[in-house]
Amino acid sequence: MTDIEVPLGAIHRQLGARMTPFGGYIMPMQYRSIREEHEAVRRRAGLFDVSHMGEVMVRGSGALDYLQNLVSNDVSKLAEGRALYGVMCREDGGIVDDLLVYRDREEFMCVINAARHDADLAWMRQHLPPAGVELLDRSAETFLIALQGPRALEILEPLVSEGSPQEIRYYHHRPGTVAGVRLRLSRTGYTGEDGFELYGPSEAAETIWTALYERGQEYGLMPAGLGARDTLRLEAGLRLYGQDIDEGTDPITAGLGWVVKLAKGAFLGSTALRRISEAPTRAFVGIQLGPRQIARPHQAIFADSGEVGVVTSGSFGFSVGTAIAMGYVRREMAAPGTMLKVRLRQEPELWAEATVVPLPFYHRPGQ
Amino acid sequence: MPDLSGFKFTKTHEWVRPADGGEAFIGISDHAQGQLGDVIFLELPQVGARLEPGARLGAVESVKAASDLYAPAAGEVLEVNAAVNDAPELVNQDPYERGWLVKVRLDGELPDTLMDDAAYQAYADADQH
Repeated sequence: MTDIEVPLGAIHRQLGARMTPFGGYIMPMQYRSIREEHEAVRRRAGLFDVSHMGEVMVRGSGALDYLQNLVSNDVSKLAEGRALYGVMCREDGGIVDDLLVYRDREEFMCVINAARHDADLAWMRQHLPPAGVELLDRSAETFLIALQGPRALEILEPLVSEGSPQEIRYYHHRPGTVAGVRLRLSRTGYTGEDGFELYGPSEAAETIWTALYERGQEYGLMPAGLGARDTLRLEAGLRLYGQDIDEGTDPITAGLGWVVKLAKGAFLGSTALRRISEAPTRAFVGIQLGPRQIARPHQAIFADSGEVGVVTSGSFGFSVGTAIAMGYVRREMAAPGTMLKVRLRQEPELWAEATVVPLPFYHRPGQ
Repeated sequence: MPDLSGFKFTKTHEWVRPADGGEAFIGISDHAQGQLGDVIFLELPQVGARLEPGARLGAVESVKAASDLYAPAAGEVLEVNAAVNDAPELVNQDPYERGWLVKVRLDGELPDTLMDDAAYQAYADADQH
């Protein structure tokens, strides 16, 4: 498969981005420095092109029932104008993907991971009822630009034609017009900061990017790439599909039990998930290490008794000032304060002292 | 681009630049720092350590990955760049000048397996794909 150029590829290159293949797309990894971009998002604002994400519309009289079966969270509680995080699971509880579900008056929009686009679509089609539900894949025609950081609201506000984006509460959304473009304004993100995600037609991506970028300059906005997105989401304790969760992990063990609503009735994977929730054997934890001890995915976690887990994400947390990681450990090792060791290297052996800490690592000031 | 005519490169993306008196500076290439992303810290040898060509010299830990460093030539470590320990971002910002890693006394000539700038740039371009 050839990697697809995002609509804003030329703009990213003009801004000096180092481009990298990710999820089937050529994406900006970093513009100048991951640390500077990370800090811009925490202190001021960052602008992300995440148009690689997939958007699938679900419509028809059976759409709600269909999504209730497909998604672990309770979609019947999702009111128009709100968004919901959840996972799609296989019968054995393995995670097909994590996703956001938006509800509009007459339809739903599922936002899925780029790398899972084909697998998700196949899964979603496989579970379509004979009639009453229509899927419409809008991934190729839809841009997604995320404006994140404490100054995001001030930057966006004067560009919105009707109403204030301030009225959009966290995990809410509404249609709006920004710089003359009709789009969806959503108060969501993947950074642990306040901010907005804007979904609109690909041909208008440049108009929106340029308007936000230029308006953001006086606030110290920086364009931010996937590198900063990763360190930001790690500090915020947010799972990354393909690293922290995948078809071999389930949402209960992954600490996503809050989006698994077993009480809503049977859904795909619910039998397995109920069984797992009664006697989980592992848990997903945050791990703090020393500033010069960066743990990486696949490294083994040990206790005095031997190997007890594995790292799934790890990097330096710029805003917490030390190395941080997430991963799975045996249930009895999951309590905050538990002292563990991560094997950073096998030849020659190199170990890091590690402490289990609550997630997230980073809290927004005032939160 | 800086003038790299005095630099020789390894296939593992280190550079060595001979200076006066049989001394030389060692660092990593611009290509390497770009691939690594922000350098978080460096693990560098002690003054007096012996270097052998191709042997592990230390490691660069970046936001994305840990990467071993290999000695481009034989010699003895005379000095470790304190500036990059305090400000590892120098390796990203200025890999050929302020971002040097160690100064060594060379045992003799540089190995003839090292590449000059033109050969290395072609090698690095090919490495990218």
